[in-house]
Amino acid sequence: MTTTLAAVEISNGEAVLFWILGPIALAGAFGTVLARNAIHAALFLVMTMGSLGVFYFIQEAPFLGVVQIIVYTGAIMILFLFVLMLVGRDSSDSIVETLRGQRWAATLFGIGFALLLAGGLYRAVRNTPVAGLATQNANGGNVNNVAELLFTKYLFAFELTSALLITAAVGAMVLTHVEREPGEKRGQRALSRERVRSGRPQPLPGPGVFATHDSVATPALLPDGSVAPESVSRLVDEPLSPDELERHGGPGLQPVARGQRRGIEGGRR
Amino acid sequence: MSLASEAPQLVDASSGLQSAAWLLVVLPVLSSAVLLLGGRRTDRWGHVLGTLVPIVLFLYTVLLFVQLQGLDPGERSRNLSLWSWIFAGNLRIDMGLLLDPLSVTFALLITGVGSLILVYSNGYMAGDPDRRRFFAYMNLFIAAMLLLVLGNNFVVLYFGWEGVGLASYLLIAWYSDRPAAATAAKKAFIMNRVGDAGLLIGIFLMFKTFGTVSFVGVFGSIGNASVGIATALALLLLLGACGKSGQVPLQAWLPDAMEGPTPVSALIHAATMVTAGVYLIVRAHPIYDATQAGRTVVTIVGAVTLLFGCIVGCAYDDIKKVLAYSTISQIGYMFLAVGLGPGVYAIGILHLVGHGFFKAGLFLGAGSVMHGMRDQVDMRRFGGLWRVMPITWATFGLGYLAIIGFPFLSGFFTKDKIIEAAFDKGGTSGWILGLCALLGAGITAFYMTRLFIMTFHGKRRWTEDVHPHESPPVMTIPMIILSFGSVFAGGLLVFHGALQDWLIPAAGEPEEVGLHTVNPTVLTFLTLLVIVGGAAGAWFAFGMRAVPVVRPVNVSPVTVAARRDLYGNAFNETVFMRPGMWLDRFLVWLDNRGVDGAVNGVAAAFGGGSGRLRRLQTGFVRSYALSMLGGSLLVVASLLAVRFV
Amino acid sequence: MNPSYYLVLSAALFTIGAVGVLVRRNAIVVFMCVELMLNAVNLSLVTFARINGSLDGQVIAFFVMVVAAAEVVVGLAIIMSIFRTRRSASVDDSNLLKY
Repeated sequence: MTTTLAAVEISNGEAVLFWILGPIALAGAFGTVLARNAIHAALFLVMTMGSLGVFYFIQEAPFLGVVQIIVYTGAIMILFLFVLMLVGRDSSDSIVETLRGQRWAATLFGIGFALLLAGGLYRAVRNTPVAGLATQNANGGNVNNVAELLFTKYLFAFELTSALLITAAVGAMVLTHVEREPGEKRGQRALSRERVRSGRPQPLPGPGVFATHDSVATPALLPDGSVAPESVSRLVDEPLSPDELERHGGPGLQPVARGQRRGIEGGRR
Repeated sequence: MSLASEAPQLVDASSGLQSAAWLLVVLPVLSSAVLLLGGRRTDRWGHVLGTLVPIVLFLYTVLLFVQLQGLDPGERSRNLSLWSWIFAGNLRIDMGLLLDPLSVTFALLITGVGSLILVYSNGYMAGDPDRRRFFAYMNLFIAAMLLLVLGNNFVVLYFGWEGVGLASYLLIAWYSDRPAAATAAKKAFIMNRVGDAGLLIGIFLMFKTFGTVSFVGVFGSIGNASVGIATALALLLLLGACGKSGQVPLQAWLPDAMEGPTPVSALIHAATMVTAGVYLIVRAHPIYDATQAGRTVVTIVGAVTLLFGCIVGCAYDDIKKVLAYSTISQIGYMFLAVGLGPGVYAIGILHLVGHGFFKAGLFLGAGSVMHGMRDQVDMRRFGGLWRVMPITWATFGLGYLAIIGFPFLSGFFTKDKIIEAAFDKGGTSGWILGLCALLGAGITAFYMTRLFIMTFHGKRRWTEDVHPHESPPVMTIPMIILSFGSVFAGGLLVFHGALQDWLIPAAGEPEEVGLHTVNPTVLTFLTLLVIVGGAAGAWFAFGMRAVPVVRPVNVSPVTVAARRDLYGNAFNETVFMRPGMWLDRFLVWLDNRGVDGAVNGVAAAFGGGSGRLRRLQTGFVRSYALSMLGGSLLVVASLLAVRFV
Repeated sequence: MNPSYYLVLSAALFTIGAVGVLVRRNAIVVFMCVELMLNAVNLSLVTFARINGSLDGQVIAFFVMVVAAAEVVVGLAIIMSIFRTRRSASVDDSNLLKY
């Protein structure tokens, strides 16, 4: 596409919005990466995506901005949250890193990569006159023109992506289908009872947390052998140390808080 | 009118007789091949074939000699070019034979004495089941020796040189079940190798300097070469000659070579192979004519060896070893003669021919004694054999008289001429050499008399199981014939300077000495006196007193040193063998640690390196993702570098 | 202020997403960081569309979004089924390809 002769001037408003929302987007990104709780990470990502949607609006791409907010933030991130609720709610990453030097190397490479990429792009593009999309968005607005491109020039790609979507939906159903015998479908109550009666009512500990015992009172161990403070249950005043646990008998015994120990036999199950 | 002064073209062989000279080499090779390849099938008649071939060759050589005699002296050198053998770049070497007085003389000696010894071997080796193979090897030897003396260039000579070395090795190790024999053969071969290296380097030098290795070419151009080159050539050829002839410093192998059967010792290590060194020097006399220093070294080698052989020969009790040292000493005389320079070469050859007769005769006699004494060699166990083996005693005695220089026998004429020539050299060196030769004559008389008395005279000191008897005619007849040679050869050859005149085309003019340093008659008497003194000394020491059966232990230091061959072997061991072994061990260590270490080190480095690299595969997705990020970082960096830098 | 600032921001977001993939162990969070990277690319596409004055960039960004959606669907389904069998959502558990 040829550029128009006159370069577009960036308005003041745009600059202000950029300087406000840009840091917010960055903060969201950092939050995604650094938040220990997965739900928090998802919410930070929502924040970033929202700011990006606004950026699309500013950059003369209203259609995309709306799609970003509706589809990306509204559908995809919600999907993430659903799955997190289902499977990863209590799974918090532990702070301790299992691979030696991974964090340092990642940070180093990351900074280097960012500098190179940003510097390279900036230097390449900074003197290019900005053409702007005024003419492209002229007859009928952005949506009409995008639709025109989409259904003429990129029609084949369009059809392909729709096929892809259908395939993805079917695939998801296939992957998550649980084969059951007819008549075996259990109701909520039955499921719940089964779960509680099983040896483990709660999901496995989150990544990086190594549990030696399935008692709520037993703290989990970190990869380096120390006690993970997050796994200490708040229901218990003083959790048993692993040695005390050994002295009181092995697995199977489920001590509760010291104060309630005497009533444990009767109160169990 | 030697080769050097002729135009570089030789007269080509003319008559049919001469052009068939290649048969001299081919026939014995063929007979050897037949006997070796035929195997046990040829056992019955193998020894007959092996004896007939040299006899035929001798007859042929006689005819050749007669024919050459009939020609003018200037035409007696005949070149017989057989075929173009080697051509590589500028190097052209023909396989060709040179029939001239010197080579024909040697050929007569080789075939003549060789035939007699082979006839003798029929009897001596009669009890050996491998007799046929013995004759095969002896024929091989004769072929190689004839090739050596008949060649017309240095490379053909070297071919024969190596061939006789091989035959010598095979024959010394004949009794291959004896470790001593095998070791002696190896020693002979290896020490010969040292000499051969010298000869080979000399040939290389010749090619480099003159561009040719033929006798005609080299001797024709020697006048253009510098004295340095000539001296280098002279010394290198001398090294080769020392190796083959068993002169100091390469003499240690010859006594050990007595491990072989006695006919071998007679033919190879007395009459012929060990004289090849003298042949080489005489043949290459133009080179020696051109360098005074070279000749001096030859005379020194000769004089030292002469005395060395004499002194050590006095101390041994093994009859063959005494004769071996005697050979070393006599060849020392020949070297002394040929080192004295132009005009004296023929005298060396004179002594060589005479020595061939009487030394072969002496060895055959010793073999006869051993044959009768159940292969014992210790002279302290002989004694009083003259009654039991009269013919052996007579022939041996004539040889003994010849070697000590009894008046009018061979040695008298030939050795005296050498002593005379030594004194005539003039100056201090002349006196020293002459006195050495004289002294050597005396000591020779001493130890030979000792040998003769201990073996044949005195009380019988035999061991229990020995019943000595005379040898069969097949053994005694050759000894008788050889004794004729011992008696008459010297006189006949000296008569009117017959041999010297005959050898002029090859060896140069005999020198006309105006004023002798010492009056020849006086010298003759002096020599006789010395000889008588030596013989008398031996008579008193061994003839008058009883010979102890056990070797006396309290002896003078000289005797101790002589018994240990004047520390010749000890010297070789210390100076050459031990450092050689250290070098060998060091190289083995170097190979194991160094070369193997390097190779194994490379392998270990690879193994270790890959072991380390393997740890990159941790199995964790995040590590792989990290390396992906690192890789893309590098790609972006290089893209930007190319674009912006 | 220059549209290339958007590109810088996009590069930064992309890198943060990449580092997040390397550092987090929860599979779902890793997936979210991948989404972050895709979004950063979208931003740069839209910016380029503006700079060059053609709507092609926007169309491409649109397609990226669609594909990202499909990918999320399938990816989360996979994570779900893995979680069902293994009861754990850690990416470090799949390390059988080690030496």
